[in-house]
Amino acid sequence: MTQQAVRWTADQVLALAPDAASRKAGSKLGAAGPWSEAGSTEEGTVWGLCRGSGSKPYQTVVDIADSAGPAYKCSCPSRKFPCKHALGLLLLWAGTDGAVPSGQAPDWAAQWLEARRRRAEGRSAAGGGSGAASPGDPEAARRRAERRAERITAGAAELEQRLTDLLRGGLASAERAGYGLWEETAARMVDAQAPGLAARVRELGAIPSSGPGWPVRLLEECALLHLLDQGWLRRERLPDDLAATVRSRVGLPGSADGPPVRDHWLVLAQYDTADARLTTRRIWLYGAESGRTALLLSYGAAGRAPELALPVGLAFEAELSAYPGAGQPRAALGERFTPAAPAAIRPKGLTTHQATARYGEALLADPWLDSCPVTLERVVPTPDGDSWQLADADGESALPLTPSARSRPELWRLIALSGGAPVTVFGECGHRGFTPLTAWPQGEGEAVPLC
Amino acid sequence: MNTTPASAGAPAGGSWEELVTVALLGTERRTLQGQRPGRGAPAALLDAAAVETVRRRAGVRPARAAARPEPAAPDPRPALPPAAARRLATLLADRPGTGGGGRRGTAPDLMELLPQWLALANTHGFAAPPGTLPALLDAARARTDLRPAALAFAGPRALWLARLNPEWRFALRSSSGGAPALPEEPGRIQQLWQEGLFAERVALLSAVRAKDPSAGRELLVATWATERAEDRLMFLDSLRSGLCAEDEAFLERALADRSRNVRATAAELLSALPGSALAARMAARAVSCVAVDHTRGTPLVTVEAPHECDAAMERDGVVPKPPAGRGERSWWLGQLVEAAPLAAWRERFGGRSPEEVVALPVADGWQAELHAAWCRAAVRQRDPGWSRALLGVPSAPEAGGPGAVSLAERAKLLATLGAGERAEWVAGFIGTHGLSEAFQLLGVCAVPWAGGLGRAVVDALDIARDAGSYPWSFSGVMGLAERCLDPAEAGRLEGLTSVPDESERTAPGTGDYWAEAFQRLVTTLRLRATMSAELTAP
Repeated sequence: MTQQAVRWTADQVLALAPDAASRKAGSKLGAAGPWSEAGSTEEGTVWGLCRGSGSKPYQTVVDIADSAGPAYKCSCPSRKFPCKHALGLLLLWAGTDGAVPSGQAPDWAAQWLEARRRRAEGRSAAGGGSGAASPGDPEAARRRAERRAERITAGAAELEQRLTDLLRGGLASAERAGYGLWEETAARMVDAQAPGLAARVRELGAIPSSGPGWPVRLLEECALLHLLDQGWLRRERLPDDLAATVRSRVGLPGSADGPPVRDHWLVLAQYDTADARLTTRRIWLYGAESGRTALLLSYGAAGRAPELALPVGLAFEAELSAYPGAGQPRAALGERFTPAAPAAIRPKGLTTHQATARYGEALLADPWLDSCPVTLERVVPTPDGDSWQLADADGESALPLTPSARSRPELWRLIALSGGAPVTVFGECGHRGFTPLTAWPQGEGEAVPLC
Repeated sequence: MNTTPASAGAPAGGSWEELVTVALLGTERRTLQGQRPGRGAPAALLDAAAVETVRRRAGVRPARAAARPEPAAPDPRPALPPAAARRLATLLADRPGTGGGGRRGTAPDLMELLPQWLALANTHGFAAPPGTLPALLDAARARTDLRPAALAFAGPRALWLARLNPEWRFALRSSSGGAPALPEEPGRIQQLWQEGLFAERVALLSAVRAKDPSAGRELLVATWATERAEDRLMFLDSLRSGLCAEDEAFLERALADRSRNVRATAAELLSALPGSALAARMAARAVSCVAVDHTRGTPLVTVEAPHECDAAMERDGVVPKPPAGRGERSWWLGQLVEAAPLAAWRERFGGRSPEEVVALPVADGWQAELHAAWCRAAVRQRDPGWSRALLGVPSAPEAGGPGAVSLAERAKLLATLGAGERAEWVAGFIGTHGLSEAFQLLGVCAVPWAGGLGRAVVDALDIARDAGSYPWSFSGVMGLAERCLDPAEAGRLEGLTSVPDESERTAPGTGDYWAEAFQRLVTTLRLRATMSAELTAP
């Protein structure tokens, strides 16, 4: 592989930035000026000295070839990760200025690389056996699990009581009761160690103020919560797959013990959602050979970017292991065999009819599913009153966009990319509509992230 | 999305609508059909609703497609080279207002390079990557100075987008996205002119005018009597481009217009036509006010300002009432001299050249008034000979020309000269007077700066540093230099980027700042060279 071939685009580099300020600061450092003695190797190590405000330049080195994702080291005091110097250095490398010639890593960079490699070898030697390291005694673990299950059962029963009370008095009263009641119930579910139930309850609280049609949405969500409660209370009688889905929906941690699937994985989309405590990063992958779509989740403390970052449009050879549960796309990233590099792979697409059918089938396995990942082929973004839809270029049907997707500025990038012509769009298709995440233009062209 | 209506296969308990009604009212008040009220009623309702919810969701079908948008006009221009496309993404990612501020550091100011990048891309005739259009339109919306170049680069698809997004309506208003396309068939032009919106008509008129000045004028003449006064003013103004002798008859008629502003604009346009009757009338009036007194040893210019502003003068665009604080006679004189063709003065001054005329002493303190009026005339008539004379020698002790000539006027005079001469004059000026006054003058010089001018600026910056000046006093010129200096100068500047030893004369710490500023200058020049190379790469 030539070095030119593994060069990233500026967008892909900037996707690694932990926040907007870092993006900006990194962009500014992506020019030859402050840099000296920069260089790179064919394997994908990049280094350089960046002149800062102090007398001694910062030593920055990035290893993008590492199969566990890019690794950074910089002598600056920043706690951002990666810091602006690492981003700037990668931007410099991504450009074609020739400012980062091929060469031999200087001692300070080589030392760090060497140390990393040794650690990595140590890790793989230690973790060579089964992935699941089981601490402590299995009997105690079983007792802990039992205690937790009992608590959840008590929580589910209490939740059922609340739902029953609500339906007895009527949903109209929920509008008056306000948010507080639900907050309190959610807190009870946290105590019951059922975070999945708690999250759903919290969402219920927001529905009465969510605009016209709220009684329908509230009834739907109450009914699905009831369904989940009942699923939990009768989990022994469910098929194994469905029982696993119920457990993970309730919020019990699972372990990715599915058989590892080796494939050439294309990064379809990466986006973050944040609440007060946690930043959740979702990364959708597409297996070029298996045709499977898998979801990687990565978490960061509030306000900090999750560590795993995979820029859209890159592909790599790796093993993925699925989490348990029917219809669950979630997987864990196992061993990576090649560094991420730009690839011309595009996922196979469906028509809008096939997409809704796909969602319907997915509900069969997991009735709580809000949406499923789908690639639409030959669709035209089309204005429809105040909203937008993705219309089949060769048919008469269309998927409306979800309310949140239609207010995002990235919608316009999709419309611009199309210019009225058919495009390929990857996104999430559900009962609320379609959320576009990535698009490809007609003919040749790179993936354009929309989130 | 469409959800399937309740069908015959609906579960016990009835339709979805019924479920919602019962849920809203509560099972205390109402129960599902076939259900008995009581303790089990809410659970039964939830069961039925769960089944129905999943059934409805699983039955989601696509909606009917709305009318597809008309596809955007194809953009025949070639795609950007990949490196240039990446550069554009970086430049657009550097939006103002995202953190930062304060000290600028050694990194280039990317947003300031966007105008140059756009100009280069437009010269090479590349098409904008569609994905960047929203960012380009947003940038153009925020900065009006970017609009012409950004819209030209963004091309037809940006206008297509602007029709779909009200935030980008400005793109449809400004006719600056290159010359607007003229309709092919002549009937369509007439129709658009008769029925179009004001902005469309202005754009149409300037487009027709640019192609065929007479056709443009005739278009306007046909509807002139029915136009509103504000519109007449704007339309008249668009005759400024392609102004020719054939326009005179129409403009003479406009001198009798009901609107004062229209009259004044017509008079101004006529005075820019040196062969026009109005110009001749103004020349006669102006010349009669100025004479040469040969009775003394050296010839002396004497001025006898007009004593009244008669109706004929007023008709020719002379504004009778002076602004507060100015005498009315000198006010009238200024207007007469400004509107008179400069060629008239050669005869009046016995065949003297502009230089000789400007050098003559003027009696009774009229010099400032007279020379200022000549400056305005030279700018209006774009007369390089007079401009040169009025600018004088750049190294003259009182900063070049006569004291009456302000920096702003000098910048305007410079604009009438050729690019080479302009650069040479400004270089001479900086060589003598330094940079403190030069900002405005540098602004009218062609980019990139000619070799001599660039060297003069760099030398002056170097001198300022050695003299221990504060670097932030020169931030304006530094910013200009970053954008305008020829990137080839970067090598010569390398020596200036080191931190000099603090001498007694310098304020503490300024050395670092100067080194930083020069570093940024060099970095920016290098980046500009790279930008340009990326756009020319095959």
